[in-house]
Amino acid sequence: MKIKKDEVTHVAHLARLEFTEAEAEKFTSQLNNILLYMEMLNRVDTTGVPPMTHAVAQQNAFREDNVTPSLGRDLTLANAPDARGDFFRVPKVIE
Amino acid sequence: MELNQLTIHELQEKIRSGKTTATEIVQSVFRRIDAVEKAIHAYILLTREAALAEADRADEAIRKGDIRTLTGIPVALKDLLCTRGVTTTCASRILHDFVPPYDATVVEKLRDAGAVFTGKTNMDEFAMGSSTETSWFGITRNPWDLERIPGGSSGGSAAAVAADACIAAIGSDTGGSIRQPAALCGVVGMKPTYGRVSRYGLVAFASSLDQIGPFTKDVEDCAILMNVIAGYDPRESTSVPAEVPDYRQYLARGIDGWTVGIPKEYFIEGIDPEVMTAVRKAIAVVEGLGARCIEISLPHTAYCLAVYYIVAPAEASSNLARYDGAKYGFRAPDSRGLLDMYKKSRSAGFGAEVKRRIMLGTYVLSSGYYDAYYKKASQVRALIKRDFDEAFQRCDVILTPTTPTPAFRIGEKTDDPLHMYLSDIFTISTNLAGIPGISVPCGFTQGGLPIGVQFLTGHFEEAKLIQIAATYEKNANLEKRRPTL
Repeated sequence: MKIKKDEVTHVAHLARLEFTEAEAEKFTSQLNNILLYMEMLNRVDTTGVPPMTHAVAQQNAFREDNVTPSLGRDLTLANAPDARGDFFRVPKVIE
Repeated sequence: MELNQLTIHELQEKIRSGKTTATEIVQSVFRRIDAVEKAIHAYILLTREAALAEADRADEAIRKGDIRTLTGIPVALKDLLCTRGVTTTCASRILHDFVPPYDATVVEKLRDAGAVFTGKTNMDEFAMGSSTETSWFGITRNPWDLERIPGGSSGGSAAAVAADACIAAIGSDTGGSIRQPAALCGVVGMKPTYGRVSRYGLVAFASSLDQIGPFTKDVEDCAILMNVIAGYDPRESTSVPAEVPDYRQYLARGIDGWTVGIPKEYFIEGIDPEVMTAVRKAIAVVEGLGARCIEISLPHTAYCLAVYYIVAPAEASSNLARYDGAKYGFRAPDSRGLLDMYKKSRSAGFGAEVKRRIMLGTYVLSSGYYDAYYKKASQVRALIKRDFDEAFQRCDVILTPTTPTPAFRIGEKTDDPLHMYLSDIFTISTNLAGIPGISVPCGFTQGGLPIGVQFLTGHFEEAKLIQIAATYEKNANLEKRRPTL
């Protein structure tokens, strides 16, 4: 086993997801199969190979620090599931 | 022939010569949509009213002599391209009512070129899938056989073009999501070089792999759309300020004297024999046109899938962290505090495949596993790219099958994620290396399912792909068929 059910539950918490018992069982078995398949990468000698992080090598993309129009308050709030006044409303954070 | 069956370049000619109007074209496309949409379900949303109004404006412009590249041409958009004021769902419950306040750069460019948008096409949720079966809005069916999948993730765009339910469409390709459905639906699909087309306004899946590209009925139309959508965008920091050639100039140049690489790792056991036969025939056609075909090796091919399913979910888990139910998208009711709201909204908002990939990505990036998975995968990715760099020292273009099999049956692979992932085995390497690729129809199975051949080349050399694909298409003498719906 590459990954056990309690680890799946921990990763779910990190990913802000929750599962029923049955779902967690199913995910554990599916993730195990996928992770076992990935073991083949250990056969590749990567000593001294720098990790590739970009498909096309690019330097930092700088731009002039000019002020340009932004969305504005109304458009920003337009898709909010719950907005009041100028704010996004969420459940109470501090007891 | 009905207007909706024609290509962009055929319609351009009819518009310029006054033989038809934008309104007639758009009406013809919507008549077809009304006839076939129940059977194939290529669209999540149809924007008929807006399209007819746009067509009206296009006709007004035509009367004034203002005829642009795509004036009056109906184009469908994959539902992960932001469209101002028009719902953009990514085929997910979590974005089911999201109305973007701005247009993606690609949408803006198409609009400026005169295109008329027919609607937003179906896809796998967040572009994660190979069959368009994970959409929250239901599956799309392959116009060539309604019991089969159209491919994915851009299955709606491919099916719409194949069924003449639009003239051309836009999709996105993270591991084959344009080329694979193009092959399975018998149309042309191109994934440009990473950085060639701006991703501004594309809902992100895996940011180092995602690229936007066209679905068309022939290679000339592909060149026309690439002329419109390619180019640097100051709003997208990975878009590359490289010069964009006029791709139409490459349609009739031929491939005499070219060297075409045939990678032995892509002609292996397990490929459907009818696919193999069709692709071997394509090799013979290319040779007959004056190209020399040589065997090459891409030694790290066997590792592409494993690398991809570490890199893509890792990036996805980070990109999709933004869907928290706070500022936009679905929020689960009745939560007990903020953390509970996040968990409930995300768990109810995402489908199973998206959650599987978020889990996988979170795991491979988590403390203690990063080096073993993500770092290792990124190193092997560098070796995969090196394989291509070395291959392109010896050949101009690489030729492969686009997919190992023709379209499979609906439901055939939904219970086995790894089996599903294998249907992208020939397209994934392209995205890992960042190079461009195109899929072009190369025949049919005895059962009447389309087969595609794929051409690949070096960074920013899409013109070469247009050149070989157009030359092949013109000389392959394939039977002209349309799906019977």
